[in-house]
Amino acid sequence: MPSSQPPLKILIVEDSASDRLLLERIVLDQGYQTVTAEDGREAIRQFKHEKPAMVLMDALMPDIDGMEAAREIKKIAGENFVPILFLTSLTDDEALVACLEAGGDDFLSKPYRPVVIAAKIQVFRRMLQLQRALKKQRDEIAKSNEHFMQEQLVAKKVYDNVAHMGCLDQINIKHMLSPMSVFNGDVLLAARKPSGGLVMFLGDFTGHGLPAAIGAMPLAEIFYSMVAKGFGTESILHEINLKLKGILPVGFFCCAAMVDISYAKRRAKIWNGGLPDLMMRRADGIVERIASDHLPLGILAAEKFDSSTTILDMRMDDRLYIWSDGIVELRNARGEQYGLDRLHEWLHHDDAEKIFEYMLEGAKKFAGYGNYEDDLTLAEIKMVEDIWSIQDQDQDTFSTTALRGARDWSFTYEMFDDTIREFNPIPLMLHVSMEVPELKAYSQDLYTLFAELISNAIDHGLLGLDSRLKANATGFKRYYELREEGLRALQGQCVRINVRHHPVSGGGTLIIRVEDSGEGFDYSKLDLSFPEASKFSGRGLPLVRSLCESLEFKEKGNVVQAEYRWISELEKGKILAKAVI
Amino acid sequence: MSITSQIGPAGDSVTIRIQGRFDFSAHQAFRESYEHLDGSVKEYRIDLQETSYLDSSALGMLLLLRDFAGGDDADIKILNCNDEVKKIFAISNFEQLFEIR
Repeated sequence: MPSSQPPLKILIVEDSASDRLLLERIVLDQGYQTVTAEDGREAIRQFKHEKPAMVLMDALMPDIDGMEAAREIKKIAGENFVPILFLTSLTDDEALVACLEAGGDDFLSKPYRPVVIAAKIQVFRRMLQLQRALKKQRDEIAKSNEHFMQEQLVAKKVYDNVAHMGCLDQINIKHMLSPMSVFNGDVLLAARKPSGGLVMFLGDFTGHGLPAAIGAMPLAEIFYSMVAKGFGTESILHEINLKLKGILPVGFFCCAAMVDISYAKRRAKIWNGGLPDLMMRRADGIVERIASDHLPLGILAAEKFDSSTTILDMRMDDRLYIWSDGIVELRNARGEQYGLDRLHEWLHHDDAEKIFEYMLEGAKKFAGYGNYEDDLTLAEIKMVEDIWSIQDQDQDTFSTTALRGARDWSFTYEMFDDTIREFNPIPLMLHVSMEVPELKAYSQDLYTLFAELISNAIDHGLLGLDSRLKANATGFKRYYELREEGLRALQGQCVRINVRHHPVSGGGTLIIRVEDSGEGFDYSKLDLSFPEASKFSGRGLPLVRSLCESLEFKEKGNVVQAEYRWISELEKGKILAKAVI
Repeated sequence: MSITSQIGPAGDSVTIRIQGRFDFSAHQAFRESYEHLDGSVKEYRIDLQETSYLDSSALGMLLLLRDFAGGDDADIKILNCNDEVKKIFAISNFEQLFEIR
């Protein structure tokens, strides 16, 4: 044998002293180490003590015989492979079989032939090496798997923190989402719109595990932050698509559907890209389907992406069902799928209140109670009349977001030469104003008011620029050149902005007053209608006028005051509900 | 604020993206984004996906572009407007002049 390898330790168990010596000689000559024992009992003791790699064992010995000792040694060795070669003069088949059944791996028949013994030891030495390599690999895999599971749990925790701040627990939503869903590739999110409605998103990533989980994180973040800021369904879908397109490798994507429910308008806006048909179960029992008519998210480039939605009117107690492939492809012991037909059948059940439970229970029964929930996402949204009872349910979150906060205040901000030249006050104005809860939803309106009133005060009030200059592209450019010049030359000028907000029932009033130190103008003949399309200017004040309750010029024309009234979307719903009743 | 323009694969369209506020300070950059294009560009796509707000001078700039692109024959699509921006366009009757999505 090659000398580079460490000598193998072999236990020789033989009750005859002469045979033992002979065997030991043969084995030593092959370059192995030896340990010896005279009987079964000593063999077991030596095995425990010396931990040999292989055992040559006489089958027939007094007291504890070879077979019993072999059984014991195999037990002690556990999962370690310790080859036991029986030394035997037995020739009948039954005795040989008994040796193997006791845990023996092979025989060496007496009388001993050194060449055969050496060859057999070599064979088992190779098997030992193979077994050790396998065990090492197995242990490594087990270790890395454990590590991976640990990481998944941590990732799941992080994901839960991101994804589970939604409103899936609203009373008109029922949902089933398997605990490890994110690693199955399913994402179910729901958030309340600032305007009082609800947006639900169900996504099903291709592939399981990490790619899905990684994609789900930014998706949930975008979803929640954009819904909270009042973005429309289309914008949110665009953003998510753009993000996923950027981060998912080619070939990975997310089948998804988004449902935007407006309680006030009794309407659902639905976008379905690659999910099974969404099902609408009308209160009167009629069933409609909303098929996928878009590509999944994360495939198309932004300019090709189509976010157009299907709009469905909903009546009271109409129910919308949404699910991913999981429940459809659920298999029973015979390998049959649960299938769409079985699911759809439930939609025709008379007791609409229980459809969701029936679907789930049906799936469980079909697959057999056990692993059924591994890959199963299902949700129901009901159109409800009494949105107030829903709001009551989460009064806590509602009162902190909508009823508290800065609501009655005013501030005055004065800008002098340098500030007028260098500083854009609009973000500051917006920032302060949007401390009023719910006013965030009207940020573009507020932007328009501030931007137009302030630029009006500067451009026309202080600098006396004439908008008619903006008759063409060169005029446009000239206008802003003159503006720059005028700003540079400012001396001793001031723009004073006063903003006041006070709450009224179901909303509030924001009054913006802007005063400039200019000469004013004759506003008696001011025309606030929109100019024709051919005119490139003159839309600022008409815009402000149409957004506001009132727009008034005062004093010599250097003061303008706009009163903006806003109604909370809740209030809108109330008014509409009254109108319906 | 930043404005980028990108010619479509067939060379006959351009996508102009406006990031941040679309206001008077953008007028130069906005004009430059289409003025240098050669005559083969027929379709103008204005992507407001990343536009936070727009003011009335932005409306004027869009009309200038419309003029440049052939007036009534101009093919201009305004994409990815959020609901509030759509409202501004609606109030100004821009829906009659542009394809707004």
